[in-house]
Amino acid sequence: MRVMAQMGMVMNLDKCIGCHTCSVTCKQAWTNRAGTEYVWFNNVETRPGQGYPRRYEDQDRWYGGWTLNRRGKLALKAGGRVKKLFGIFASPVQPELKDYYEPWTYDYKTLVDAPLGDDFPVARPKSLITGEDTKITWSANWDDNLGGAQDHGHLDPIVEKVRRESEDKIKFAYEQTFMFYLPRICEHCLNPSCMASCPSGAIYKRVEDGIVLVDQDRCRGWRQCVTGCPYKKIYFNHKTGKAEKCTFCYPRVEVGLPTVCSETCVGRLRYLGLFLYDADAVTAAASVTDPQDLYDAQMDVLLDPHDPRVQADARAQGIPEDWLDAARRSPVYALAKVYKVALPLHPEYRTMPMVWYVPPLSPVVDLLRDQGHDGEDAGTLFGAIDALRIPVEYLAELFTAGDTERVTAVLRKLAAMRSFMRGISMGGAPDEAIPESVGMDGQSMYDMYRLMAIAKYSERYVIPTAHLEQAHDLEELGCSLDFDGGPGMQDSAPFGEASGRPVPVAVDTFNALRDRQSSDTLAEGTSLRGRVNLLNWDGRGAPPGLFPDRHTGETDSPDRGPAPDTLAGAEDKS
Amino acid sequence: MRAPGAMLETEPGGVVVLNTWDTVLWGVLPYVMVVVLVGGLVWRYRYDQFGWTTRSSQLYESRLLRIASPLFHFGLLAVIAGHFFGLVIPMAWTAAVGMSQEFYHFNALLVGGIAGVGTLGGIALLIYRRRTTGPVFMATTRNDKTMYVVLTAAIVFGLWTTLASVFEGEHGHNYRETVAPWFRSLFIFQPDIAAMAAAPFSFHLHTLVGMALFVIWPFTRLVHAFTAPLHYLFRPYIVYRSRDRETKGRGWSAVGTPDRDTRNR
Ligand code: HEM
Ligand code: SF4
Ligand code: SF4
Repeated sequence: MRVMAQMGMVMNLDKCIGCHTCSVTCKQAWTNRAGTEYVWFNNVETRPGQGYPRRYEDQDRWYGGWTLNRRGKLALKAGGRVKKLFGIFASPVQPELKDYYEPWTYDYKTLVDAPLGDDFPVARPKSLITGEDTKITWSANWDDNLGGAQDHGHLDPIVEKVRRESEDKIKFAYEQTFMFYLPRICEHCLNPSCMASCPSGAIYKRVEDGIVLVDQDRCRGWRQCVTGCPYKKIYFNHKTGKAEKCTFCYPRVEVGLPTVCSETCVGRLRYLGLFLYDADAVTAAASVTDPQDLYDAQMDVLLDPHDPRVQADARAQGIPEDWLDAARRSPVYALAKVYKVALPLHPEYRTMPMVWYVPPLSPVVDLLRDQGHDGEDAGTLFGAIDALRIPVEYLAELFTAGDTERVTAVLRKLAAMRSFMRGISMGGAPDEAIPESVGMDGQSMYDMYRLMAIAKYSERYVIPTAHLEQAHDLEELGCSLDFDGGPGMQDSAPFGEASGRPVPVAVDTFNALRDRQSSDTLAEGTSLRGRVNLLNWDGRGAPPGLFPDRHTGETDSPDRGPAPDTLAGAEDKS
Repeated sequence: MRAPGAMLETEPGGVVVLNTWDTVLWGVLPYVMVVVLVGGLVWRYRYDQFGWTTRSSQLYESRLLRIASPLFHFGLLAVIAGHFFGLVIPMAWTAAVGMSQEFYHFNALLVGGIAGVGTLGGIALLIYRRRTTGPVFMATTRNDKTMYVVLTAAIVFGLWTTLASVFEGEHGHNYRETVAPWFRSLFIFQPDIAAMAAAPFSFHLHTLVGMALFVIWPFTRLVHAFTAPLHYLFRPYIVYRSRDRETKGRGWSAVGTPDRDTRNR
């Protein structure tokens, strides 16, 4: 056994309102650059729907992920090393821009510059790729809220599959009868097929926290990883000629802050925390024969952080004490393995994804309510879950390789929690029979409710900080995306402003931001030890140090912000 | 036909007068070229890792690329192999293993011709695609255009030398008695300038353009060829790296280690 730590995420799909805030903030933070116009490290799909890129789940076409070869051993679905090298000159299966969409902007200038006339000027859409006029025909969320589902709802590969397998059960236009949102980021898999597909070996998994990154200096643009990832979460930057992917916001996570998508999530549905897993067991677990056993195999790889043996082993592997503590308090471990309500997305790809989903009960509840039933009565809900095969089968194709029993069990737990808590909030005594019917007791059901419904910030995000003694210069030593022209830096050439060793300012920035978020006063960037950092300046007053003091001795003037030493205490709060 | 093994310094009957130009072109230039090539590659590798990429354009267009790129690259690999046989292996060796000059010549022309035509067809299609596919053309830099001119010229002139020997048949020029000895002599720093000077113009042209290609090589997208990922065949699939020491040392282990490796921890 070799214990390793992995940052993981759980998303509670019942709470997603499909607002795309996460996508937009992520894009602003990471892919707001030339070459990545079409790239959404975080995207939100309406399901049923084709997803982004279109029909990415159709692995008979895209050959993503792993499969078992004739000898029952794990092999890349797109072919082994030799085959990949022979196909390197033109990737045999790689999505083109039209499978994502052609990014565009609008010609806003004509709105301002158009000469006076009878007609209103229009801002025509312009392609961001060619700069020419373009027709907008598709986007990353074109089928949002089932838009156009009548016409192309059947193109969802999962719909196709469910239809094929239960021909007689679906006769109604069921695309209209249920709907939910599926936010997606890179899964930071335990067994990543993107990494295995990379001829250069440029993609790596960080030993400390399991975050999967592309080394921008070693990537040579062979673009095999794009094919390799079954979730299509590796993107090719067509300007730099390098692959890019979700970074799990490692510069934030290293200082204990949640990822941007989690921080800004309107539904507050994302949880971040640690898993401990047995690195030696991953390959075997990903190789089990029956795809429906993959969920159990993945569960077995996750280790119990309360187990003294696991702890001893983790210490032997050099995992620090505060990380072990964080692992014990991990909300993602609780949801995935203790309460068993979070499921991995498409376990059948055999990549052991580490972003988990609590499947939505809302399709069932909504249907009940539309039909005039009580959507909070345990009996009614249980009955409905059993009766409404279609949503359940659909969810099973997403989360359990088609095993409907497992999905049903989770939905029943959620239903039980719903009616159990309704009973309590209506003033009645807790009805222990309800939790018992799903194999839980009242206390643990209440705890689960606290974690899932109250979901305080500090309980949703349990993120141990990176250890300075481990990574003395933190991410700015020259890691992953912090390179010239990459998302970490912009507009600097070799020997340009970013040449040489950068001064680590991210830690200061984030500490100051956190101060401001968690304090009641107008805290300003004061922890910079004499430097000026406009990254966290919010426009109020002038950042200290930007202008030389006009009158020495009057540093307390309000519009210049408090003097650094008066706020020295603010830092201690964090 | 000459008897196999009869090494001639010069073309029979040709009177070779060495002038300064010959010395500069065939005695000095090759070494300058090597210095620029090696120095340029080292410089680029050290200072521009981020720019070292194929700059693939498959995201924009893949229908034509899927034919053109393999045609070009596989053709080119065959051409490179052909150059190796033609230039590096002395005529005496092939004769010693009992390969007649006619047989060698026939093969070289057949295989070399096919490979050359494939390469030329491939690059023609690549250039056509580059010019006519809007986004690909937009992504084409001036550097790319220069590179394409030199690369295409090298291929065209190379093919010309080959085709010329087809049409001239038995009376054609045998480059294994001129260009090849010169090429090999370069490595022992005693360039056989006279041998090269005796070769016909087409060979001179091809060689010069070839040297130009090598000179610009380090400064173009062609550098991708020098990092052809053969180590992929040997590395473990899953790569762990420590956040701490990641840029130093290797990201994977040597041949034969188990699939998962955390030695860098
Ligand atoms: C054996 C090692 C080589 C490998 C693995 C390789 C691989 C590649 C790849 C993956 C591309 C990108 C194709 C795309 O998606 O757009 C490419 C493009 C290209 N390669 Fe190579 N290459 C090799 C050697 C060479 C050599 C020796 C040359 C020329 C002397 C060359 C010339 C080119 C050119 C001109 C392009 C641009 C094609 C275009 O888009 O117009 N390659 N190569
Ligand atoms: S989801 Fe992320 S880690 Fe997994 S294969 Fe895709 S890119 Fe790699
Ligand atoms: S911000 Fe939250 S609620 Fe909004 S789409 Fe993203 S995951 Fe859903």
